[in-house]
Formats: sequence, C-alpha cells, structure tokens
Amino acid sequence: MSFRISNMQLLAALALLFTGSALAQVKIAYIDPLSGPFANVGDAGLKQFKEIVEQVNQTGGAAGQKLEMVPFDNKGSPQESLINFKSVTDQGIRYITQGNGSGVAHALVDAVSKWNARNPDKTVLFLNYAAVDPTLTNEKCSFWHFRFDANSDMKMEAITNFMENDKKVKKVFILGQDYAHGHAVAKAAKAMLAAKRPDVKIVGEDLHPIGRVKDFSPYVAKIKAADADTIITGNWGNDLSLLVKAAKDAGLKAKFYTYYAGGLGTPTAMGAAGEGQVLQLTEWHMNVQPNKTEAFALAFNKKYPDLDFYYLRVNTMVTMLAKAMNDAKSTDPTRVARQLEDMHYQADTGDVWMRKSDHQLIQPLYISIFAKQDGKAVKHDIEHTGYGFKTLASISARDTQLPTSCVMERL
Amino acid sequence: MEFVLVSLLNGITYGMLLFMLSSGLTLIFSMMGVLNFAHASFYMLGAYFAYQVSVILGFWPALLVAPLLVGLCGVLIERYGLRNAHKYGHVAELLFTFGLSFLIEEIVRLVWGKAAVDYRIPEALNGTLFTLFSSNFPIYKGFMMLVSVGMLLALYALLTRTRTGLIVQAALSRPDMVEALGHNVPRIFMLVFGGGVALAALAGVIGGNAFITEPGMAAAVGTIVFVVVVVGGLGSLAGAFVASLLIGIVQTFAVGLNVSITDIAALFGVELQASGAMARLTLTQLAPILPYLFMVAILVFRPRGLMGARES
Repeated sequence: MSFRISNMQLLAALALLFTGSALAQVKIAYIDPLSGPFANVGDAGLKQFKEIVEQVNQTGGAAGQKLEMVPFDNKGSPQESLINFKSVTDQGIRYITQGNGSGVAHALVDAVSKWNARNPDKTVLFLNYAAVDPTLTNEKCSFWHFRFDANSDMKMEAITNFMENDKKVKKVFILGQDYAHGHAVAKAAKAMLAAKRPDVKIVGEDLHPIGRVKDFSPYVAKIKAADADTIITGNWGNDLSLLVKAAKDAGLKAKFYTYYAGGLGTPTAMGAAGEGQVLQLTEWHMNVQPNKTEAFALAFNKKYPDLDFYYLRVNTMVTMLAKAMNDAKSTDPTRVARQLEDMHYQADTGDVWMRKSDHQLIQPLYISIFAKQDGKAVKHDIEHTGYGFKTLASISARDTQLPTSCVMERL
Repeated sequence: MEFVLVSLLNGITYGMLLFMLSSGLTLIFSMMGVLNFAHASFYMLGAYFAYQVSVILGFWPALLVAPLLVGLCGVLIERYGLRNAHKYGHVAELLFTFGLSFLIEEIVRLVWGKAAVDYRIPEALNGTLFTLFSSNFPIYKGFMMLVSVGMLLALYALLTRTRTGLIVQAALSRPDMVEALGHNVPRIFMLVFGGGVALAALAGVIGGNAFITEPGMAAAVGTIVFVVVVVGGLGSLAGAFVASLLIGIVQTFAVGLNVSITDIAALFGVELQASGAMARLTLTQLAPILPYLFMVAILVFRPRGLMGARES
C-alpha cells in the first residue's frame, strides 16, 4: 500500500516538474539567431523578452495562464527558421516571435499562412518585433502577422522630415546590407529625399553582404572619396558597430543617420568620436521625457551589466498580447488576433494603435543624437561610455502613419 | 589621390594578414603534402587563446603565449593524430583535418559560447598613427603590418640562414635522402606543422581584436586562405606573399570603385540592357567573389599558380 502512495507522489512530483506551476503555460517560440554573426543580437532580444514576460506573469499572467519564452536558434537563416517552425508546430506552440531579418520574416509569414490554412484548429500567430521591410504590412500582409516596430518607410519618412530642416545635409551616402531590409532603406531614402530635398545629392549608394564584412575601411575610404557629409544606414548588430568603428579609425567626419545605433556594442565602438555625429530613430531611448520605463530599464541593466535595455516595443508587444488574451478570455490565436487588431493601448511613451487594415503598430517615435552625459537632457549614459542619447525630435504616433496597400484576407 | 593611397594602405594591411594566415598553410602543404583544412580553425583558436590570456595577463604576453600554445596543440595533433592518418595516404589526412575543423569549432562554442567574446585592442594601440590628407591611419593597422613584416623576415631568415631551415628545405623535396643522412624526418614534420599553425594563431591574435572574435571567424576566412595558396602556387611561400597582397589590394579597390557591370561590359563593346538585374550589379557588390573568380581563372590558365614550383 505504501508503495502505491509513493508512486502517486512520484507522479505528482513529475507533473509539477513539467508544468512548473499549477497554471498552464502559453508558450511563445522565439525564432532568432542565437549563434553566428548576429548571436549577440538574438541573445539580447531573448533576455528582454524573458524580463517582461516575468513581469507579466507576476502581475496575473494572460487569461489566467503564464507566458513562457521558448528559444529556437535560426542562425539568421530563413531555411533554418522553417525547420524551427516545424518543431514549433510539432510541439504545439501557437505563438511565434521573430525580429532579426526581414528575409526570415517573409519565410515565416508564408509558412504560418500555409500552416493555418491547413490546420484551422491549430492556428499559429506571428508577432514581429523588429523585421521592418515595408512589404510585410503592404503587398505581403497577412492576418496572422502583427508588426510592433515602425516599418522602414515610416522610419525613413521621419528621418527625411527631420533632414528637410537640416540645411547642413548636402551630400548623402546610402550604405546598407544586401537583403530585403537594406534594399528597402535605400529605395525609401532616395524617393523621399528627392521629394523633400531635391537639392540634396546622393553621392553614393552601396550594399554589402550581410554579416560577412569584418573590415569596413574600404567602404569608409569610398565614403570619404565621395565627400559625403551624411550617411544613411539601416545596418544593425556588428554590421553597424564595425562600420562605425572603421569610420572612427579613419577619422571620417560625417553624420550617421541610423535605425539601430543605440545598442549592442555600437555606442562602445563610437565612444567619444560619435558625439554629435550619430543619430538614431527609435521608439524609445533611455533619456526620453517622460520616461515611464526608467525603473524597468535600470533593473534590467543591473541584472545584465553587459547589456542595455533597448526594445521598448518588446514590452509593448508582450503586454498588448497579454491584454488581448485577457480581453478574449482565451489564448486561442485566432481570437487573440481579433482582439489585437484595432487595439488602442496605453504604452509607456503614449497611446499606440494596432492598425486594423495592415496590422502595423502606430506608435510615437524619437530622433536622438549621441551626446555627452550631463545629468539633464542626457541623464543616463549607455554601455558605460559616458555618452547617451539626447532627443532632438519627437514624432507623434499620428504623424508616423503612412498609407498601406494591404488587402488583407480575413477569416 | 587620397582615396588611392588610403585604399592601397588598407589593401596591404589586409593582404599582410592574409599572408600570415596562408604562409603556415603553404609551409605545411609544401613540406608534408597535407592540405590542412583545419588551418583557419587554428587562426580562430589563436584569437580565443589570446582573449583568454589577455584577460589574465594582458595583451602583450598573449601575443607571445597564444601562438605558442596553439603551436603546442598543433604538435600534439600531428604527433598523435595526423601521423597515424599519414599511413593511410592523403585522403585519410584530408579527412582527418576536415573533421578536425568541425571539432575545433564545436569545442570553441562549448567553451566560449556561441556569441562573440569581448576581445579588444589594447589601450596603448588605440589611436591614430598618422594622418594622410584627411584620413587617419590607426596605430593598430600599423602594428598589424609591423608584426606581419617581422614574421615574414623571421621566417625567411629561418628558412634560408639556419641549419634547421636547410634541413626543412631539403626534407621538402627529398625526404628519403634527408632521412638517410640521419635526420629525424617525422620530427621535422611535427615541428613544421606546429610552426605553421602557430603562424595562423599569430594572425588570429592580431586579427581577432581588429575584427571580431566569434565561432564563425574560421569559416569566414577558411576558403580565402585556399584561394591565396592556389593563386600563389602550391608550396611557394613567395607566391603566397604575392597572392595575398594582390587579393588584399584588388578586393579593397573593388569595394571602393564606383563601376557597374554595364561599364565593364561597355569596355568590351557589349551593351547590357539597363533593366536587367545583372546590369545593375556594381563592382562593390562583386568584391567578395573576386578572389574566387581569380582562383578559377588561375586554375584554368596557369594551374601551378603564379609562382608554383610544381603542378600538384
């Protein structure tokens, strides 16, 4: 008899071991590079997801359940991501998130749409936190895809609006990674500058292989030879920090307009040489006013001394997802998607809106410049450099909107 | 003018690093007939060892200790691995080094993780060496050049001016005769292998912090060193030197020049349709594949390479 009881106890213990708690789990597959040239980017993103998921779980979870991140290493490749997606569906995971690389995002949107068409009772929802190719919410839009980052055209619109008033910009060089994102940035930059600043000359335009260039000095020499005073780049990860490092080494004096200068080694690579030279367009930085995320970000930075909190949109995304699940009183992706579309939400930087027509999040954006920490406008530095970002312009959510060509097939 | 000089300097720096990488490969190949597929992995090991040593002792000891440690690894691998494979001929050796390259990459991942490690240029070498017109030339690039020129001279002196060098050279072409004269040829092979991989490690020590130290760094240079050896001529140190500089400079200039395929085709009197994807390609985009194009051309028109002493 006692034998039987201990068996029961064992079973109970095992059950506890596997669920972790009495609450069921909603798993979110995180499909991003955890090895290869962009491993640092994927790793930082995962840590930020885990942090906000933990907070959501502590404050009641989503629809009575806990969220859990399940990492998958896609090595930055669309093919690997499709293999990851196969394991995701095999494991019965219903939510995926990805951000690094629009090429990967395209592959996943396709795979998710096909899967959902064939398995209407096991639908999967794709939450995109950083892949910014505009086509994902235009020609290639899908009901199953939600984007929480401003797309490349919206960002370029804000940057070129800002340049419209900066008469020092005369000769622009466009440098980008040779894939969907880099192409989209170059195309938008050229079209928008031609419309807003016809006097500005594009003195050069180059695409380099993504993640493969370790020494950017030949590109910097070319930029110098072209006599550019401004560089527009959509580069991210090491492709940006190595570029900035080469520019610094060569003593290039030009302004960098970037999407991603605020993280992952780029501030360290810039150091003092980046002061007043490097601008970024983001949905948040550590010195935005008012900064409701400050305490959260400081706690994160303390927990991970090598990292700086960067993706406010990850927090927005996870909390919006939790709200959608609570509103739907369900964790079923189809019902959650219906709650998410058209959701108005009070995020840390103000009202944000998940536009129903294309599933693009409309949120406030900021243009900021790398400046010396002064305790006032630059209250916090970044990566312990003594420099941080200072807001130059705030763009209200409404002003970031662009028309969409999306014709969405709805359920 | 500024562009030409700066690009030339950049090209030479890159070329010298390539030479440091490929000289060991050439040496090992010409001596032992072993095409060492794991050569770039030793370059990576050099960078990681240097990172580890520099954390404890600082960069300068690492510059010496890391290549020695990697050299020691090379000696042990030759003695207890490669020498056994040698009995079964070249294919076995080739497979052995091929497998070794995967093994080393996985070990590096296990020990140091999948992401890049924070291996930095020492403070003393941070800064500008001189300014050319308006471009700065960083001290570290000067240092890289210094190390590679120093290595080149030392290698040359060792091979031509010392007794050991003479025996090595003799064992290169007539191993049986050298053995008959009472020299321990297997031991020479072992030392050459250790020395060759130590050279690759030295390149790793100074290349790892100039660029980036991550598990993919071996694969990134793995193919280019073979291009250098094939273009230079199998088994020719001087050829490897010329090929390295050539590839370094050509690639640097290709990135810098504003020329499209349409322009190049026009030179040959071919008119390309402006709308085609091919016509829009620029030389800058083609820069990464130029060395491979070069290799194929060399294999077709001059299979023994620029300065190769023999056909295979």
